[in-house]
Amino acid sequence: MIANGKASGTPKIEIRGLTKAFGPKQVLRGIDLDVGQRESLVVIGGSGTGKSVLIKCVLGLIEPDSGSIKVDGEETIGLHNADRERVMRKFGMLFQGGALFDSLSVWENVAFGLMSADGVGRREAKEAALRNLAAVGLGPEVGELFPAELSGGMQKRVALARAIARKPEIIFFDEPTTGLDPIMADVINDLINKCVGSLGATALSITHDMSSVRRIAHRVAMIHEGRIIWQGPIGEIDRSGNDYVEQFIHGRAEGPIQMPVRPL
Amino acid sequence: MSNLNFLQPIGRTFLNALAGLGRLTMFAGAGFANIVRPPFYPRLVLKQMIEIGYYSLPVVGLTAIFTGMVLALQSFTGFARFSAESAIPNVVVVSITRELGPVLASLMVAGRIGAAMAAEIGTMRVTDQIDALSTLSTNPMRYLVALRLLAGVTMVPLLVVVADIVGVFGGYLLSIYKLGFNPSTYLHNTFDFLKTEDVVSGLVKAAVFGFLVALMGCYHGFNSKGGAQGVGTATTNAVVSASILILISDYIVTELFFSR
Repeated sequence: MIANGKASGTPKIEIRGLTKAFGPKQVLRGIDLDVGQRESLVVIGGSGTGKSVLIKCVLGLIEPDSGSIKVDGEETIGLHNADRERVMRKFGMLFQGGALFDSLSVWENVAFGLMSADGVGRREAKEAALRNLAAVGLGPEVGELFPAELSGGMQKRVALARAIARKPEIIFFDEPTTGLDPIMADVINDLINKCVGSLGATALSITHDMSSVRRIAHRVAMIHEGRIIWQGPIGEIDRSGNDYVEQFIHGRAEGPIQMPVRPL
Repeated sequence: MSNLNFLQPIGRTFLNALAGLGRLTMFAGAGFANIVRPPFYPRLVLKQMIEIGYYSLPVVGLTAIFTGMVLALQSFTGFARFSAESAIPNVVVVSITRELGPVLASLMVAGRIGAAMAAEIGTMRVTDQIDALSTLSTNPMRYLVALRLLAGVTMVPLLVVVADIVGVFGGYLLSIYKLGFNPSTYLHNTFDFLKTEDVVSGLVKAAVFGFLVALMGCYHGFNSKGGAQGVGTATTNAVVSASILILISDYIVTELFFSR
């Protein structure tokens, strides 16, 4: 395990000067961030600070206005078609709401990438899907259900199984524990650690759930108003000496971060 | 300059309209280009074709049969004033094949299929399923849009063939059983007067309309945002814009075919 992220060699993901605006709203104002090989980096920050936009830029779902994103030293901004798909092949993504395809059964969801993009046959893909479901603690009978028939926690687990099905090198987790009860949240945290560990993958997560951060992060970066204002190993987060981080991890209303709320 | 400020909203609206048209054109181009690019999804294409071509049959059939009947009845009451009742078979068959078959069938398909496409794709958009497709190395334009365009272009003409036959049959039924026409004379007049051009122009229209319905459903669904309300808006926009485009393109295709 790499504790400080400043390991030798090229970082798995290297982000420099990333900016993105939607109309007049400047969301990212120059993000610089490295994620080391096999490191689990968690980006924390309040709602609307640009966490999701950051992750979508790395995934290529949103085109940034300027800056650079390198994956394994290769610039990914401006890649198209075959090159883009080759880079995307390294990624797995767990969406906040699961984003399961509701017209497909659970096992077809998990096997989707294998069947649709990798050309694996249905029978073989189904076996792989059931193995992945087992890895997140779901029995083969769940595979025949449809996403709408599952509870929130089960949907998250199926989505996790889908994210790891193609053995990605980098997995993104968008608010993996939001909307779950504390026990299920811990189950998900456990599964994330297990899956990332057994795949030897690099993980980039965004969350505002501090207990989740403490369970899955090697290193933490805090984003505020479109910039990274602090980063360091998880062990140092309680003595960051940064007022913003202090306010965030203790969940205080008073501090340097002002919520746009009118006083009562 | 401030006394020219009133021009600003006009210019902005115009530029926005042009930008929207450009986005739509690029969307349509990307959708079309992806029809011929592998991987293909034969099962999904078949599913869409069945959805459009087979499950629309009752609606389109009902529309066509009553249109044919009303057409015969109206023509009769009108033409009887100057003793031109014998023109009814001709009027019915030409109106149905050239105009009413394609337009009414496509409008019904716009309500049924355009709305369903916009709602399904729109829901996929607002629940991140379209982004999920991308992260699973699957091009959403190919997986969602291209095959719907293909199904629309191929199946609506087939529906219109059915609508033509059922519509003419509706006119026939009414003329025989209500207006007392001679069956064999009616059929003879119908097919004597019908030209290949009438049917072909109708089918070309149907292909154009089918494309427009699928395009509007996909485009508005793809660009929907903001949860349930956004999906509702997308669905409304898909049906309304498809209906209007059907009527506009109907005029254009008619002009191309018959203005000589």
